[in-house]
Amino acid sequence: MLASDIERTFDRYRDLLEDLSFPEVRRWKEADPRRKAVGFFPVYAPVEIIHAAGMLPVGLAGAGDRLDIQHADARFGSFICSIIKTTLELGMTGHLEPFEGLLFSSICDSARNLAFVMKRNFPQKYIDFLHLPHNPSSPASVDFLAAEYRRLIGQLERIGGDYSEEKLRAGIALFNRQRELVRELYAIRAAAPHLLRAWECYVAVRVGNVLPVEEHIALLEQVLAAAPRRDAKKRDSLRVVIEGSFCEQPPLEVIRLIEDAGCDIVEDDFTLAQRWFTEDVPAVGDPVHALAEAYVNRSVYSSVRHDFRKPRWLGLAEKIKASQADAVIFLMAKFCEPAYFDYVPFKQQVELMGLPHLALEYEEKLFTFERLRTEVETFVESLVFD
Amino acid sequence: MAEKSEYRGNIHQRQKQLMLDWYGKLEQAASGDEPKTCSLMVSGNCVELLEAFGIVPIYPEVNALQLAIRHQSLDPILAAEEMGYAADNCAYVKADIGCLLKGITPTGTRLPEKPTLVLCNFVGCNTYLKWFEHVAKFTGAPLYVIDVPFLRTAEPSKEDVAYVVKQLHELVALLEKLTGRKFDPDRFRHAVACSARSEELWSRIKHLAKVTPSPFDAYFDAITLMGPLYVYRATQEGVDFFTDALAELEAKRSAGEGVYERERFRLVMEGPPPYPYFRTFRDMFAKWQATAVASTYSTVGGLWEFGFRHDPAEPFESVAMHMIAQNVTNRNMLQRYDQMQRYLEEWKADGVIIHFVKSCRLFSAGQGDMRDYFSKQLGVPTLYIESDLEDPRYFAEAQTRTRIDAFFEALEHSKAHPQPRPTVAKGTQLCVLPQA
Repeated sequence: MLASDIERTFDRYRDLLEDLSFPEVRRWKEADPRRKAVGFFPVYAPVEIIHAAGMLPVGLAGAGDRLDIQHADARFGSFICSIIKTTLELGMTGHLEPFEGLLFSSICDSARNLAFVMKRNFPQKYIDFLHLPHNPSSPASVDFLAAEYRRLIGQLERIGGDYSEEKLRAGIALFNRQRELVRELYAIRAAAPHLLRAWECYVAVRVGNVLPVEEHIALLEQVLAAAPRRDAKKRDSLRVVIEGSFCEQPPLEVIRLIEDAGCDIVEDDFTLAQRWFTEDVPAVGDPVHALAEAYVNRSVYSSVRHDFRKPRWLGLAEKIKASQADAVIFLMAKFCEPAYFDYVPFKQQVELMGLPHLALEYEEKLFTFERLRTEVETFVESLVFD
Repeated sequence: MAEKSEYRGNIHQRQKQLMLDWYGKLEQAASGDEPKTCSLMVSGNCVELLEAFGIVPIYPEVNALQLAIRHQSLDPILAAEEMGYAADNCAYVKADIGCLLKGITPTGTRLPEKPTLVLCNFVGCNTYLKWFEHVAKFTGAPLYVIDVPFLRTAEPSKEDVAYVVKQLHELVALLEKLTGRKFDPDRFRHAVACSARSEELWSRIKHLAKVTPSPFDAYFDAITLMGPLYVYRATQEGVDFFTDALAELEAKRSAGEGVYERERFRLVMEGPPPYPYFRTFRDMFAKWQATAVASTYSTVGGLWEFGFRHDPAEPFESVAMHMIAQNVTNRNMLQRYDQMQRYLEEWKADGVIIHFVKSCRLFSAGQGDMRDYFSKQLGVPTLYIESDLEDPRYFAEAQTRTRIDAFFEALEHSKAHPQPRPTVAKGTQLCVLPQA
């Protein structure tokens, strides 16, 4: 890819992410009528297992501002975050038709209840709930999760999946490669943010939600090759970590406006699924056990995973130090209770480190940005002129 | 209307005394090294294991609801919001954290500043995980999380049970270390046997509400009995209390006494009550002589009316089963629909009241779908109202009253002119989940 082509690539993938008809999923399925797709609600799912069953794992991410809520409000009512409603609305308006299966996991109470409401409303689909463990200190949690993954494999086989251990080992190697490339992308963001804008990095990573992993790897390799050759000027910006956007996604415009206001987003938790492990998952031995062991012992910290051996606020502290950030922006989806709760100890940790921080709230369907822009600009100005 | 709004018998006085005794023990713990204490959650609690060590439970939820019912919850909620908790965080948590910060307790007696252990029995409610993590951080007490697999299949798998049993054994080792006491399996079995007995009595009480008129209200009065159920279930005091409670209510049943002079409506209640307006809310139903004959909220701590009992022959396994499968919070939404449908059929109820509480997404997220299921699919008169269980700022009294009045007016009409309900086979189970 030429350096000059890179902009067009990002624009194309941005458009793809905004297309609620899941064109890439349909295209992949058209190649063979036996192919099946399984969507997963944020934040994490063992995509390697879905892949090893010969199916396409697809990360769902709500519907942004591109879907009018006609049905879901009556089912989920007040004080519930937007992505719960847009996901149900996608189902009720036929947009999830390309998916034979949908997976949810133990991230929050609303998402869990959504799984079972979906089950009632779409009885023809395979809809399942994975219990991802919250007590990694127990030696029993790896065996439990391996059993949970085996249960999932059984269900995927029931709906026509063709699984083998060998395929799972190969899948683990592929997704390791994907995660390695994503880490490299973030390394560019931290070292030379002018070569890759935050929204570009975001699009390049998030598009992996809907592309077959092999294609995503090719795309990431092209971006990584082209980025250093770009003709871009260094900016004098504030280095910020963004925390709190791990499930419902902010509109792309919010990421842009934070950058435009004079911030370099050097770390974030936007699309955690593709950055889930801190190191490679072993692709040898019992692959189901390896995936379960990796979840228990090699996961990134996240507001939806609990490990009282090491509090999440220490994970945030490490992230801030490693990325040499000057400030933290807590960017939280409205009504996201895990983000709201974590805000308190996170904020205390950031204050302990003597760093400034700003709390912002958004909804995926937000379409006027002036208030947010003003808040970020004021925050940046107050620090620059300090 | 001069209708009495509640039954006030000996059991209400006895439960009050039991709860005061409990707060007395906690005050004693606050002043010295004994008794040892452990914070844990009401839902699917494993109080039997604590009883085996002579550890007194602290239930932050019970403290929070006591504060709200005494109209003292707003100050601590505001204190927590000042330190960064959001308007839309669970107000139980905010009230509890606010109390920790300001040294407030519901009865004015002292509570231990640092429990021997903060034990998060994670049964469905993700807020529990955050809540107890914060409590441990702010008190400096050690934290242990029992990760209970959510009931996502019809029955728990053997792996689910094994996972919880292993964690219970880890907990035993931790409690031995923290208390300096050796685990006594006989005392544990005795506690489990007491629980089984209390549960049998409690279940029989619940089944009394099947008769017309029901001798007690299975929502408002059941809440009164829930305190002893969680604190004393695994003790002889608990067994004695529920023995007397059953006798008292059986006598009422034999005398044909109901909650009201005439029971006009029989209801199934879903969701926690608005504790800051508990009496006001109750009176809104008393006005219509409407009795709750069953409620999902009274099964938060355990679901016993369908036959489950703790088992002294398999103490660890039965504690695990209780935590995984036999409390409403760790059961999935569709299993809750089925539970309510059984209540409607077997307890012969006229309608469903769904009380959405903004604090509790575990209960409330998706209750609109529940309303759709009961009103449209089953043709059951269903009322959906919104407020909160702890935060007094979310109770719109006039609007709630209007909606309740309108519901009963319509219900009165439909009882006088019954329409055939959509045909759903009796005992139809909605929740056809894959077998584990």
